[in-house]
Amino acid sequence: MQVKEIVEILKAEVLYEGNLEEEVKTACGSDMMSDVLAFVKDQSVLLTGLMNPQVVRTAEMMDMHCIIFVRGKQIDEGVVELARQKEITVLATPYRMFTACGLLFSNGLRGGCDIS
Amino acid sequence: MSMLSLNYQVPGDDFTRAGEASGDVKHKLKKMGYEPDAIRRVAIAMYEGEINMVIHAGGGEAIVDIDPDKVEIRLVDQGPGIADVNQAMQAGWSTAPDNVRSLGFGAGMGLPNMKKYSDEMTVESEVGKGTTVFMTVFPGRKEEER
Repeated sequence: MQVKEIVEILKAEVLYEGNLEEEVKTACGSDMMSDVLAFVKDQSVLLTGLMNPQVVRTAEMMDMHCIIFVRGKQIDEGVVELARQKEITVLATPYRMFTACGLLFSNGLRGGCDIS
Repeated sequence: MSMLSLNYQVPGDDFTRAGEASGDVKHKLKKMGYEPDAIRRVAIAMYEGEINMVIHAGGGEAIVDIDPDKVEIRLVDQGPGIADVNQAMQAGWSTAPDNVRSLGFGAGMGLPNMKKYSDEMTVESEVGKGTTVFMTVFPGRKEEER
């Protein structure tokens, strides 16, 4: 799906608009950045409830295209500014983590680390 | 002499800046046209190392030597040292204080992730003196060969 579809599905606010036409296939939802970093397999979207610059750094190291802050968190301007420098789209959704992940999964986004 | 040698001071008192050095290395490797998989592995391994230096050691120094056939990363700190390196290498083992967890780290995955993404890694540590981590990433090495 495209990032702009995520915006619609999650009723998200766009805090920094990178490339909304970007095609994304997999996502990862976590508040532990080291857990995100442990699975490098081509994940392009990060859902998190954590709000600090290390979320952007983690997305940067992983070549992710889009960060989604869940459950209507108070947005830190410094975090959005860092994402702007790195050209990573930042969204904020009023949905909580479980619901946000479920909505994206049921619309075709996958986890990217399937258990075989 | 390596093709490009980089040196960074990792500040120990500012968690928000942890990762700047790794981000810069990543940017430089990209501009050089380095292999994408190797770039990502270097970036993640070094980033976890930077975070470790900030959390545990009050900062330190990162020295990165880039050659066409390898990237060598040396992370040097004068922190408290690691009493039992083997234990520290186990996934889930952590001595990070609770407040670090609320920042998204401290799950005991730092060193395991560094080992996972580098092709070679050694840790030299002395309690009370500090720790030096050496990591090497070879471009073009597939996951199954690592």
